[in-house]
Amino acid sequence: MSDSLPPAFHRIGTASFAEFLNAAGQRPMSQDNGSVQAPHGTTIVSLVFDGGVVMAGDRRATMGNVIAQKDIQKVFEADSHSVIGIAGTAGIAVELVRLFQVELEHYEKIEGTQLSLEGKANRLSTLLRGNLGMAMQGLAVVPLFAGYDLAKQRGRIFSYDVTGGRYEEHDFYAVGSGSTFARGSLKKLFHIDANSDQAVRIALEALYDAADDDSATGGPDLARRIFPVVAVVTTEGVTIMNEDVIAQEAQRMVDERMQRPNGPRARIGDAANTGGGE
Amino acid sequence: MSVPFYVSPEQIMKDKADFARKGIARGRAVVVAQYSGGIVFVAENPSKALHKISEIYDRIGFAAVGKYNEFENLRVAGIRLADLRGYSYDRDDVTVRSLANAYAQTLGAIFTETAKPYEVEIVVAEVGADEASDQIYRLTFDGSVADEHGYVAMGGSAEAIAGALSAAWQAGQDLGTSLRQAVHALGEHGTEEARTLTAADLEVAILGRSRPRRTFRRIDNSELEGLLTS
Repeated sequence: MSDSLPPAFHRIGTASFAEFLNAAGQRPMSQDNGSVQAPHGTTIVSLVFDGGVVMAGDRRATMGNVIAQKDIQKVFEADSHSVIGIAGTAGIAVELVRLFQVELEHYEKIEGTQLSLEGKANRLSTLLRGNLGMAMQGLAVVPLFAGYDLAKQRGRIFSYDVTGGRYEEHDFYAVGSGSTFARGSLKKLFHIDANSDQAVRIALEALYDAADDDSATGGPDLARRIFPVVAVVTTEGVTIMNEDVIAQEAQRMVDERMQRPNGPRARIGDAANTGGGE
Repeated sequence: MSVPFYVSPEQIMKDKADFARKGIARGRAVVVAQYSGGIVFVAENPSKALHKISEIYDRIGFAAVGKYNEFENLRVAGIRLADLRGYSYDRDDVTVRSLANAYAQTLGAIFTETAKPYEVEIVVAEVGADEASDQIYRLTFDGSVADEHGYVAMGGSAEAIAGALSAAWQAGQDLGTSLRQAVHALGEHGTEEARTLTAADLEVAILGRSRPRRTFRRIDNSELEGLLTS
């Protein structure tokens, strides 16, 4: 840094960090031929509740039939009012999260204001599209984005495909290898009037159901004290739930499953349960 | 055939420096001062949209006087440099010293190589673990750097304001005291006639020593009124 700054630093008109990286020739993504085996992240669930949105992810990364890591973190704070969870090739996904976090903070500092939630979701789309070449070679990343929309006063969830396609999800969603089972579980447990504590419990139950049927998803590891990472976003901002609180919830859930291995039962014929729906 | 006048290099530099100084002295002043819990930036700036004070990184803040488009360009370059460093290495590897160096090189190059120097003066500050490890660097239009301690004033009547602060400022004082000293000095010496500055005339922000991660925070009008009157 002994010379004065190169022209890219003084270019006017963009608040995007990713575009600046490209202009400065610093984008670390490379195109590589041939397939590689790399750790894969698995299941992320998210659901809205009255006053916000919850996102939770299990802690397992797999490489083929091997458990590559037992305590990987897959749910991250993106900025003060949004979170991002990742499934797919872990190395690339974690890098994408890092870039996305800087992208949001960079915009905020340069423009003096935060992007709208929709704007953040669109930026993630663009970043993801930059990874399409890698995805075609089997190194796909599938993020799940959720946040509290301060303008619309509610929690919102956005899902993505590998081409950068962006879809707003209603009520709940899950991505990753165990997502089919997690979504089935969420479908039966979700209710719009749930408060934050209940929403956290629903997310944990859904992850348990995913781990129950998908070998790549990790359940709560009571022996090693490894529990899902759970983030709650409300108008106040993002809270990553304290590990001790999640440990307690997970313990309670496991105790209940000792009695009823399939988890809570959705009742039929109960007026409160069959009337209307969401 | 006309022969171009010979102008000595000394004269060129002096003319450029005088030009830049005049431009800077026209603007309203900015004070940056330490307090026990961090560093406070105080700018006389009635605009709520065009900032003179900005966040650069987790523990680094920026303040400037002079031509808006010029220091805005430097501010953005600083944010880009800091974010690039933090992204390439680690958040802890972003330091105010490297930022001050980059600014010094940039301002120095502009001063010597272009016909018109930047009419700006900037301060970059990093809040440390305690008051002794805070760093404040003041950079002038020609790229010279000064390492400041306690307080620094720049812009119009900077010397008179710094004089007032040297009599008042003490290590270990709280935010309210540092803020009121700065506001009083700006009001008393900022223009020929002494004035009383209110919250609406000021732009104030802090780097809070004990805040986690991003320490920069703007102080809004209602909080500012409370601090000024207490």
